[in-house]
Amino acid sequence: MSSLDTNETLRDLHSAATSHRGDRVFNRVITGAAFTSLIVLAGIAIFLGLQAIPAFQSQGLAFLTTTAWDINTDPPTAGIWGMLYGSVLLAVIALVIAVPASILLSVFMVFLAPPKIAKILTNLVDLMAAIPSVILGLWAFYILNPPAEEWQQLLNQYLGWIPIFENASGNFLGTPFIAGFVLAIMMIPIVTSVTREVLGRTPPELINAAESLGCSLWTMLRYVALPYGRGGIVGGVMLGLGRALGETIAVFFVLKLVYDTNWYKVIESGGGSVATLIVSRFGEVTGPFELQLLLAAGFFLFLGTLVVNMIANLIVSRTGRLQK
Amino acid sequence: MSTAEFESVQTLEEQMVESAAPRDLAMDARNLSVWFGKRKVLEGVNIAFPERTCTALIGPSGCGKSTFIRTLNRLHELIPGAALAGSVLYEGKDIYDADVDPVHIRLKIGMVFQKPNPFPSMTIRGNVMSGLKLSGMKRDDHDAIVESTLTSAGLWNEVKDRLDHAAGDLSGGQQQRLVIARALAVEPNVLLMDEPCSALDPASTLKIEETIRELSKNVTIIIVTHNMQQAVRVSDNTAFFLAAENEPGHVVEQGLTTEIFSNPKDQRTLDYVNGRFG
Repeated sequence: MSSLDTNETLRDLHSAATSHRGDRVFNRVITGAAFTSLIVLAGIAIFLGLQAIPAFQSQGLAFLTTTAWDINTDPPTAGIWGMLYGSVLLAVIALVIAVPASILLSVFMVFLAPPKIAKILTNLVDLMAAIPSVILGLWAFYILNPPAEEWQQLLNQYLGWIPIFENASGNFLGTPFIAGFVLAIMMIPIVTSVTREVLGRTPPELINAAESLGCSLWTMLRYVALPYGRGGIVGGVMLGLGRALGETIAVFFVLKLVYDTNWYKVIESGGGSVATLIVSRFGEVTGPFELQLLLAAGFFLFLGTLVVNMIANLIVSRTGRLQK
Repeated sequence: MSTAEFESVQTLEEQMVESAAPRDLAMDARNLSVWFGKRKVLEGVNIAFPERTCTALIGPSGCGKSTFIRTLNRLHELIPGAALAGSVLYEGKDIYDADVDPVHIRLKIGMVFQKPNPFPSMTIRGNVMSGLKLSGMKRDDHDAIVESTLTSAGLWNEVKDRLDHAAGDLSGGQQQRLVIARALAVEPNVLLMDEPCSALDPASTLKIEETIRELSKNVTIIIVTHNMQQAVRVSDNTAFFLAAENEPGHVVEQGLTTEIFSNPKDQRTLDYVNGRFG
């Protein structure tokens, strides 16, 4: 049976994708759709890039390295460094809160919770993702702000000697911490949903192996489930990060936008965010030049998220490495 | 204590081990019944496992052999709805007593599964050492452990030059022997094997069987198998499990492997070992 009989004629074998008429049509539709998304992406990049050129010509590199928004002076000066940095700072705060919370939540849902409770929790967490960010912003402004103010006062009182918990103004509202917290709430459903999925796919035979070697739940997670799911979890975190970096309106409600660089004082009033800068200026934009400046800011926000995603891909591709 | 005294004590101890070994029980399941939720899958199982012997558990699919073996190192309880009555003695103590740490039990009573399950992202060396790492045991002689356990598992010569390669690159049979080495590295006293060869080719099966025979000189082995010839080749004792339709499984007959296969007392055992059903 190992070789073909010589008296038989070899048939021409087509791949299923091309020999069936329906599949041919389907293939073309899918390919077209895939390219459409690329075209849209390229279109946005080109549009923003073109709009950014005049702004960049007038401001030079200072547009990226300085922090100012004085449009009515002559010549007008604008720089978004503080905003770019602020966006990253908010995202980092959100990550620090959301990632551990999401992983713990996922571990509970996959490995600990009775199936019924896990199912209810899954639905609830997914529902969290459906809350419109403007609602979340309003909620944060009216409901989250008062207690968050107290938490930050406590942080400052007991951990104020750590530079990141310094607060000289005594104003604990409009801080990067609150904005980051709101972003974390927006990230948690995304990260949790992906993490839950990948942890739930840990091969049962590997879990068996770990259990039969006398693993506790913690060591099983540490050496088996989390390494196995690392790529997926990082992917989920990056999805959430994409949302955090670009989030506009929820941050707009709770962050006091200052044209300055808040380097590290996470519980000090005032911070920056590119997206929030755009939304806060857009309504009262003074003319086509300021609009171009805002679009230029948008271009760099777009570039920034692209870079973050590339870094994420790098991390994911490096996770295949062997553990000794 | 003088050197002479010390030596005499040592020899006495060795003698004790030598003489007592064949009669001591490594494990003893007493009147064990097992449930999944409301479904009773095993009833009144009594099997004693003498130290440093190999016991084969045979019987048709669905008679509770695998479930039974999983109760012996407390893996059964990890399944939601699992319940159990009776007791399992290990070194004379019930492993289901409230003060027994299941993690300790699983280290002392290792397990090899049907499907080879090395950790694919770890190297060969990493897999062997993983039990020590995962359970937090500290040992300095890593290289010695890797060599001795891989040798015991009959894999050393095939992998000694590529210990830092991924475990996933090995063939199925090699992976299964790697998993045996991994189980041995934590120095278990009992090794449970749940159809360890059912996913392997005949040549690999032969190698694993040689390994089992070699290992049973030092470790108590309890093996579930569907392969009658395998039971004859590797085991000293055999227990035959059977479950009638919608009834929990039970042990029909047990004893020396030679007796069970050549001169069984129960007609059902005779039919089963001669391949008339199952």
